[in-house]
Amino acid sequence: MTHRIDCVFETARGAGRKVLIPFVTAGDPHPDWTVAVMHALAGAGADLIELGVPFSDPMADGPVIQAASERAISQGMDLERVLDCAEEFRRGNTECPLVLMGYMNPIERYGFERLATRAAEAGVDGLLLVDCPPEEMPQLQEFMTQKGLYSIRLVAPTTTEDRLQTIAEAAQGFIYYVSFKGITGAGRLDTDALAAPVQSIRQQSDLPVAVGFGIKDADSAVGVASVADAVVIGSALVEALSEAKDADAACSTASTFVASIRQALDNS
Amino acid sequence: MEDRGIELKALPDELGHFGPFGGCFVSETLMHALEELKDAYQRWSSDEEFMARLDDDLRHYVGRPSPIYHAERLSAHCGGARILFKREDLNHTGAHKINNTMGQGLLARHMGKSRVIAETGAGQHGVATATVSARLNQQCLVYMGEVDIARQSINVFRMKLLGAEVQSVVSGSKTLKDALNEALRDWVTHVDDTFYVIGTVAGPHPYPMMVRDFNAIVGREARQQMLDQYEALPDALVACVGGGSNAIGLFHPFLEDEEVAMVGVEAAGRGLASGEHAASLVAGRPGVLHGCRSYLIDDDGGQIRHTHSVSAGLDYPGVGPEHAWLKDNERAEYVAVNDDEALAATHTLTQLEGILPALESAHAVAHGMKMAERMRPDQMVLINMSGRGDKDVQTLAAIEGMSL
Repeated sequence: MTHRIDCVFETARGAGRKVLIPFVTAGDPHPDWTVAVMHALAGAGADLIELGVPFSDPMADGPVIQAASERAISQGMDLERVLDCAEEFRRGNTECPLVLMGYMNPIERYGFERLATRAAEAGVDGLLLVDCPPEEMPQLQEFMTQKGLYSIRLVAPTTTEDRLQTIAEAAQGFIYYVSFKGITGAGRLDTDALAAPVQSIRQQSDLPVAVGFGIKDADSAVGVASVADAVVIGSALVEALSEAKDADAACSTASTFVASIRQALDNS
Repeated sequence: MEDRGIELKALPDELGHFGPFGGCFVSETLMHALEELKDAYQRWSSDEEFMARLDDDLRHYVGRPSPIYHAERLSAHCGGARILFKREDLNHTGAHKINNTMGQGLLARHMGKSRVIAETGAGQHGVATATVSARLNQQCLVYMGEVDIARQSINVFRMKLLGAEVQSVVSGSKTLKDALNEALRDWVTHVDDTFYVIGTVAGPHPYPMMVRDFNAIVGREARQQMLDQYEALPDALVACVGGGSNAIGLFHPFLEDEEVAMVGVEAAGRGLASGEHAASLVAGRPGVLHGCRSYLIDDDGGQIRHTHSVSAGLDYPGVGPEHAWLKDNERAEYVAVNDDEALAATHTLTQLEGILPALESAHAVAHGMKMAERMRPDQMVLINMSGRGDKDVQTLAAIEGMSL
């Protein structure tokens, strides 16, 4: 059986369309709304969902995602409940891949084997650990491989050719290129500067390339999509969601946000 | 047993591991910067001219070597072993922190980085960084939690006098750990021209190794001074542990001396049972924070918990990975002393010896006194007087209900 993540990229490639990957922090703005928001994202044209596992000290994230994490944690969100959300989402959607994105310590506390087992059961397809380079992954990677969970790897503008090779060897599903030197949500995206690094990634790997960090609207998404296979949008969506007063409003915000970008990508 | 000392002393490995601890848990953007730093450190720390310049600066600018002082009245008060102090409080800027910032500042200059950033808790590391930056004509930005800014206002003002900018951090618990997060974010954003001067032996490789090496002058001097002055090594070394830089600096050169006990003293805050403490090694468990695997204080969901200590410099939920490994190896022992005990030791020491210790160092003094009581008069306890207490005068006054 083809892995759900591979399947999405193959289908998109066949149809000549770009893969749209929204990021939301699980449990924000309210833990009870997360699954509904995920369905709204998928319904509006998201091809893959990145679900943020909230962490108290998100050192690679900007103020928007840090605040979202703090809201989620203060309402009792933890890794166990993130997995519950994934499971509930999966009962209503068997196609849209789910990648958990987060930091090492909650995973470490939960236990590597337990996490891999439970995540696979819940219908999670991959993990992206911001603060864990491939060098520090071997133990966790083993359990993930056993359970068919993909390890999504980041490549940054500062990544050297040597490292790129190591990362390309360890990566599965797709490679996530961090568009600039900085934290999530900063406004420093320069789409013209993306072509060269994305090209170097393609020379080292056959995997599709997603680009994230700093993409906040349809224009920047279209710009990025001209060189990449997939576009990741996080902080702008999280910020829009933070103003929702109830589950319906959150779903409607999520849906409108993703639909407008979907449309722009499909028309470009 | 001697083999253990030799093995421990040779750490970390190539990837920065001390047994299962340490490593490099950072976002991909920083991996190259850390690689570059590791290469630069390796190159310059084996360069004779560089090391001679550093040595000269430490002697003539910092005032090294710092003396070893026999606290006779305090020893008599405790009624047991002789209590000796390694007087890092006499260094320029008032603490051991300058040993490290002199080294990293010089390294930054050799790497061509014109901007330096630092995190600080008590402000000692911030002051030490700002001092070196002033002298080396580097732009300096110090991140400091809002809570710490309030309780260490003297050091905040000192940093400003030195020409540094102090950035208040309002996220999370608004203390040292959050200052570290912000400094890491700054570094990710300005990685090309910025040197991040980490003040303790935590963080990603090569920081725990590099900061230890720069502070190890404390232990090297102490070891030689003991042999010169007393013709014997001390029976025990005692040092406070927040991130653990002064402790590892003292301990490391003694690792092969199995007869020398090593005791690290963490902050028990309002008591370990209260949950309001900063004793990562004594009451925490292994996890990953700020770039390394080590002991830390978190909840069952892996969220880092807020810590408490009367001393800002110990108020940190993590600890250097080398200490984690020394604990698991049982080469060093780690204990915790609460706020009240540290404050009592501050007063006792000040009144008996005329030495006002930093509240951080007072934790080591409190435990060193307890140890001395139980030891024989022919034995010696060497306590690292890591910093002086001038910066804490306002805190001490506030505890007594006075405002200055």
